[in-house]
Amino acid sequence: MSNENKEWPLWEVFIRSKAGLDHKHAGSLHAADAQMAIENARDVYTRRMEGVSIWVVESKHIHASNPEEAAAFFDPAQDKIYRHPTFYNLPDELKHM
Amino acid sequence: MSSITTLKYTLQLADNVLIMGQRLAAWCGKGPILEQDIALTNISLDQIGQARSLYQYAAQIINNMPAADKAHLFNAPLLQEKINNQHTITEDDLAYLRDAWDFRNCLLVEQENGDWAYTVARSFFFDRFQYLLYTALQKSSDSTLAAIAEKSLKEVQYHIKWASEWVIRLGDGTAISKEKMQQALQARWEYTGELFVMNAVEQAAMKANIGVDVSSLQQAYQQQIEAIVNEASLQMPTAAWMQTGGKNGVHTEHLGYILAEMQYLQRAYPNMEW
Repeated sequence: MSNENKEWPLWEVFIRSKAGLDHKHAGSLHAADAQMAIENARDVYTRRMEGVSIWVVESKHIHASNPEEAAAFFDPAQDKIYRHPTFYNLPDELKHM
Repeated sequence: MSSITTLKYTLQLADNVLIMGQRLAAWCGKGPILEQDIALTNISLDQIGQARSLYQYAAQIINNMPAADKAHLFNAPLLQEKINNQHTITEDDLAYLRDAWDFRNCLLVEQENGDWAYTVARSFFFDRFQYLLYTALQKSSDSTLAAIAEKSLKEVQYHIKWASEWVIRLGDGTAISKEKMQQALQARWEYTGELFVMNAVEQAAMKANIGVDVSSLQQAYQQQIEAIVNEASLQMPTAAWMQTGGKNGVHTEHLGYILAEMQYLQRAYPNMEW
């Protein structure tokens, strides 16, 4: 890190609310390193019993889809109803589907 | 076992965490970075929460005492009058209506916040002591104190981690951070000796198996502090002479200011709630 850069890097925080569930994005925060990021996340995001496990990843390592390409990226899925299992008629013999 | 011993011992434990919590609370809104501001506020609230449990227990002991036993408990006239008039005493009365000479907290916790390194050094020295104290207090024959110790210990383990990592981070950081951390450790070290000198209440409590023999914790304390100081590539602080007094009610000039700010509202507007 250069001496000019006095800001601590930004980290994204993922919290698992209870055993068996997925880690979900909770927000972001600043920290000097990964250990501090986990501890800051504990203090900022789990003080009201929100979590049992924390992941952090430095924000610069997250690659996101481009919002400007959203139309080309996501809209074509809208009319592909045959990709949903409910599109298909099941034989009456199949129960509990 | 005398209930006066339990009362005084409980109040001493409570005063330490109340004053420490009040000191750290002063960082609220002024931390160097939002996340660390919240970290310190959390620690402060943990300590004030511990103080509440202890003051509640102390109030309960006072309320159950025969009138003759509690006729001269405190120097503060406001509180003593309330007790003598058979009022039910609460945790708030004990926190807000006693004066400095009734407080038995150690000198370490009332020392000024100073800069970040000074705040870290004070917590580093205090939290390590609390860890050893509460670990031993879990075996107290007084089941309430043992339970409070057990619950508080989980919180203290995090406090130690927070303080130790900052000592290491600053000690192992830049030339300036190292110098500042070393200076703060050196300046606060002289207030650690008192932690291990048994006062009369601690001795009575130990004999009754309610309290901890703090003098027996010193060796482990020294070793554990030294291990972190070494890891931070800092020098172990030294003191030719250790300050004492707080545990016997003889405080530095700082406590009066802390109490003035903390107690002002309840003194000016008694029983006010918000």
